[in-house]
Amino acid sequence: MQRTGAQIIWECLLREGVRTVFGYPGGAILPTYDALVDYPIHHVLTRHEQGAAHMADGYARAGGGVGVAMATSGPGATNLVTGIATALMDSSPIVCITGQVASKYIGYDAFQETDITGITLPITKHNYLVTDVHDLGRVLREAFFIARSGRPGPVLVDIAKDAQQAAIEWEYDETPIRLPGYRPDLRPLTEDFEKAVEMIHTAKRPLILAGHGVLMAGAMQELLQFAERTRTPVAMTLLGIGGFPASHPLNLGMMGMHGEAWVNHAIQEADLLLAMGMRFDDRVTGNLATYAQNSRKIHFEIDPSEVNKNVKVDVALIGDLRHSLQQILPHLEACDHSEWLEYIDEMRGDSAVRDIQNLPDNGRLYAAHVINDLWRYTRGEALVVTDVGQHQMWTAQYYRHDKPYSFISSGGLGTMGFALPAAIGAKIARPEAEVWAVAGDGGFQMTQAELSTAAQEGVKVNIAIINNGFLGMVRQWQEFFYERRYSATPMRSPDFVKIAEAHGLTGLRVTQRSEVERAVRQAQETEGTVVIDFRVEQEDSVYPMVPAGGDLHNMIRRPKQNALMESALD
Amino acid sequence: MEKRTLVALVEDKPGVLNRVASLFRRRAFNINSLTVGHTEQEGVSRMTIVTDNSSPNDAERLTANLYKLVNIVQVADLSSQPMVSRDLALIKVSTPANQRSEIMQLVEVFRARIVDVANDSVIIEITGAEDKIDGLVEVLRPYGILEMVRTGVVAMARGSSAVTDASANSNGRQPAAVLSA
Ligand SMILES: Cc1ncc(C[n+]2csc(CCOP(=O)(O)OP(=O)(O)O)c2C)c(N)n1
Ligand SMILES: [Mg+2]
Repeated sequence: MQRTGAQIIWECLLREGVRTVFGYPGGAILPTYDALVDYPIHHVLTRHEQGAAHMADGYARAGGGVGVAMATSGPGATNLVTGIATALMDSSPIVCITGQVASKYIGYDAFQETDITGITLPITKHNYLVTDVHDLGRVLREAFFIARSGRPGPVLVDIAKDAQQAAIEWEYDETPIRLPGYRPDLRPLTEDFEKAVEMIHTAKRPLILAGHGVLMAGAMQELLQFAERTRTPVAMTLLGIGGFPASHPLNLGMMGMHGEAWVNHAIQEADLLLAMGMRFDDRVTGNLATYAQNSRKIHFEIDPSEVNKNVKVDVALIGDLRHSLQQILPHLEACDHSEWLEYIDEMRGDSAVRDIQNLPDNGRLYAAHVINDLWRYTRGEALVVTDVGQHQMWTAQYYRHDKPYSFISSGGLGTMGFALPAAIGAKIARPEAEVWAVAGDGGFQMTQAELSTAAQEGVKVNIAIINNGFLGMVRQWQEFFYERRYSATPMRSPDFVKIAEAHGLTGLRVTQRSEVERAVRQAQETEGTVVIDFRVEQEDSVYPMVPAGGDLHNMIRRPKQNALMESALD
Repeated sequence: MEKRTLVALVEDKPGVLNRVASLFRRRAFNINSLTVGHTEQEGVSRMTIVTDNSSPNDAERLTANLYKLVNIVQVADLSSQPMVSRDLALIKVSTPANQRSEIMQLVEVFRARIVDVANDSVIIEITGAEDKIDGLVEVLRPYGILEMVRTGVVAMARGSSAVTDASANSNGRQPAAVLSA
């Protein structure tokens, strides 16, 4: 069949099961946009290419398969960069397709020429520059395969304009992909399994550290079986949330910088850590020299470069987590760790008195209350997408997820502006889900323009702005570590209700806890996107907190008798 | 401080050298020398990379990261085994007529060769382990080195074991980090 490069692109996307593409047109990608008209693929016009990349990312994380973002050369391509880096750090499978100037101009500083493969080399899993239309089909197949297999990640394909325009005789190539240097299918060694089984059976104080890999591998069921049979409690990383039911008696909650105190203490006192699809990021370990000194460690990990990178482990089981757990489960006997579990429960009880959830309503609005109520009124069943900052940590702490793929957040890169576009992408992947974006007043404004995309697309997401008048997380660091010198953190925001209304959307404002339920219900009942401006306490902080690089067991705790509490008790 | 010699078989495609160099930079490893050339197999190039300040643990991390590059087919850390490593240098030395025979003698002793002779200079070619070349350079320095170029190290393990395309030889498929974990 005679096909142009542009048509080949869409043919290949159809074969990959792509039904939605997020993007923004321009000169160098025009031939491809022109061909789009004839294909049954829906294009979501974003308001910024960063939004397109985050939407593709949110789409992928919500379970839609590989997300696709498209942009023109030069500024279009460079605008994708933050979104690509975000996807890389959190192993999210996206394919970015960019137009490039015609091949004869490459290297001559042509209008809107940018070396985007050079720029994205360190932030993609792999990337390609296609100048010959004959390579296009093969490259796109490889790109999708690389993005979704092994440890997933972003792949960028930069396509010269003339390669989009050229027409050739073309058939879709079904022959197996040949990538001699690519190994997505590593498997653990048998002797390592044997060692691991022995360690699991002899442990007295074991603890599972469940990460994003649980979700990426779809290993929720296996993890549940593992935990229940061996009576091993489960702690989660930020991105591991949803991999194990929050309401399960063996669930401990989140670990790390803003993890629960009993979780961090349990990590320090465990005698066996079972790290599953997590990478011992500095936000979960704190000071490595004092981290989990009492334990042996088994690392279930798909990426060999993560093994022994931050924390030296005793056994590494390299490969797909689900596969590894399936292999090991038949060899595991029932264990009993009631003493250890009781001990952790005691620590948990000690923490409850400090928990802001247990504060009576004193007429003020606390972010933690908002999140907790949101959890209640959505029956814990919403697909929650957060931005980055205090509200993100409060959401991780107080919105308790029982289902997988229901908590989406920028973990590794901590990208402000992520929530709204990622929530739009997630909603498009899962139209039946009740999607809530939880964002700070700061981060929301970074990609606020995507409200316009939501309005144009008729995509319904509910947006909870946790408006504290500050770049709250930075303010918190200034409060703790910089003598409350609030340099560049107070922020005056527009009237978010009017912003919503200007887009033809619904805006609500909440200043009292008693109003939270009504607002949430109204958002649920409204057809289009709803923005709720929650005016929360301005100088509240997230507790506990392990200062960056500090020992995991030395947490700053919510003061028992701080001003907050006193006023609550008045 | 320890030097390590890694060998990488890579697909002979544009940009691969850039990917490798970029990896070293962003993972904060120093490249002491890097050479690339063809192998016995069409489409496969071989890089020899010597790094500074690397512990065996660093080498493992580096190896595992090199494997993450899609175009890298095989990686081996030769430092842990007996190997032959060779560097080649061209050294242009000024040779006043009265010192020429002295220089010729030195060249003889070091088993080097003179590959170009002019009125007042010669070009010496020497192949050998790095320290041997360093030795010749030191003794030539007083005569006045006008110009020098070295290719960087190429290396090969001794004995019959070979670093070959993994797709042709499935033995070496698992990265070192897996084998030693
Ligand atoms: C793009 C980007 N710029 C800067 C930061 C640094 N940063 C981390 S949290 C934060 C404050 C976020 O403020 P806001 O969105 O209001 O959320 P809050 O912490 O108040 O809940 C900042 C500036 C970041 N993570 N991302
Ligand atoms: Mg804020």
